[in-house]
Amino acid sequence: MPSRTTEPKTVLTAPAVERTLRRMADQIVELNDGTDRLVIVGIQRRGVQLSRRISALIEESEGERVLQGSLDITLYRDDLQTVGPRPVVGPTDIPWEIDGRNVVIVDDVLYTGRTVRAALDELADFGRPAHIVLAVLIDRGGRELPIQPDIVGKKLSVEPRDRVDVLVEDLDGRTAVVVVPALEDETP
Amino acid sequence: MTSALGKDLLGLEFLSSEQIRLILDTAEPFKEISERSIKKVPALRGSTIVNLFFENSTRTRISFEFAEKRLSADTVNVSALGSSVQKGETLVDTARNLEAMRIDMVVIRHGASGAAQFLADRIESNVINAGDGLHEHPTQGLLDLLTLRDRFGELAGKKVCICGDVLHSRVARSNIWGLKKMGAEVAVCGPRSLLPHGIEEFGVTVFERIEDAIQWADALNVLRLQLERMTAGYIPSSREYNRVFGVTRERLERAPHDILILHPGPMNRGVEIDSDVADGPHSVILHQVTNGVAIRMAVLYLLAGGRPELAEAAKGGAR
Repeated sequence: MPSRTTEPKTVLTAPAVERTLRRMADQIVELNDGTDRLVIVGIQRRGVQLSRRISALIEESEGERVLQGSLDITLYRDDLQTVGPRPVVGPTDIPWEIDGRNVVIVDDVLYTGRTVRAALDELADFGRPAHIVLAVLIDRGGRELPIQPDIVGKKLSVEPRDRVDVLVEDLDGRTAVVVVPALEDETP
Repeated sequence: MTSALGKDLLGLEFLSSEQIRLILDTAEPFKEISERSIKKVPALRGSTIVNLFFENSTRTRISFEFAEKRLSADTVNVSALGSSVQKGETLVDTARNLEAMRIDMVVIRHGASGAAQFLADRIESNVINAGDGLHEHPTQGLLDLLTLRDRFGELAGKKVCICGDVLHSRVARSNIWGLKKMGAEVAVCGPRSLLPHGIEEFGVTVFERIEDAIQWADALNVLRLQLERMTAGYIPSSREYNRVFGVTRERLERAPHDILILHPGPMNRGVEIDSDVADGPHSVILHQVTNGVAIRMAVLYLLAGGRPELAEAAKGGAR
């Protein structure tokens, strides 16, 4: 049997990411029946970058400014002791009431679902939205919790130990989605 | 695997500048939690913390308790008064008994310098020093650093003068070590009788006139005159002290530039600081109190990270 390649593989280029985000922005507007009472919240850090782009695209197409915030779920994780000796807590920025609003959570990759669970817990501490929608650029499967996205940019089928990296211009110098296969001798 | 701070937080003397920066940076996002309508995150859910206060303290104990509760830890307060300590139990026996009840952390305030270290060497729980004798008060030092950094942006190169009763102050020692590690210039100012012998060896400038300190400094950290610790006649009288060393509006008006005023509290108004300074535009005293909760949350959170036995029990977790 031929051994698996360990070369990183680009599955979405920058123009493809842009097209995908544009489609996701349209779906968000459609799903929420416009932009009235819409709030878009990105999960730190790359979810925030993507949510900013989606908000800008909605503003372009609808001519309406959309409230856009950020959520850092570090303090809501169920694994503080496994995140290493130097846990980094990022900022959460939701400066407006979310009671009765339609909240869209945006993240880069959906895997086990634990981050989304934490995000839902954190959002509940800010108020009681009318409903919450989950939008992810990449759904790589492998869920450990009963959580499913409402809007998906691209579904990928990858091995559990493979890495899916979403690169964004502001943080990584380029925009792309790359799958980095696990090395053969990596232990689970 | 131990936390980035090690097992305990006993003082700033042996922390690196990188560790201090980590605590200050971690405290930043914790400020926001105190602004929420639900001021609580689940980060330390399931942890038990004992606040072991052998000395009277209101603001430090409350600040720690807020920090612990905002991180969802379970807390127990023990004071020497009315506890088995009064019946002659030793510090280490008290702590071992508490530890046998499966606690995770101890926050200790004690009148003896070195008490926190003594305890940390003998129990497995994390120990946080909330003030030991005349030695250190690290979380107060850290909240002072955070308050100064909030206003100045960067601590390196800033001039901070610690004024007053340096001799009896554990805050002063934590401030000197912390500020110097972060690149600030530090001075002390007070009557010679209230400056420790050999204070110059800490690498600080000594001012004997408050007017000179005000000319030099970007910030004054004004210390309380600890009359309760004074067993000898260190100063002629409180009124005399105010006349010579008091931080007054008239003196501040002669400063060459804006000067920040800090005070760890509680204040003796009209002695080391006048009311119109304490409540004036240059005072960041209440900002210090707010930052105190964020700093203590950061320290608790960082010490709780990296415990291998809990890591084993909490597998999984990406995305």
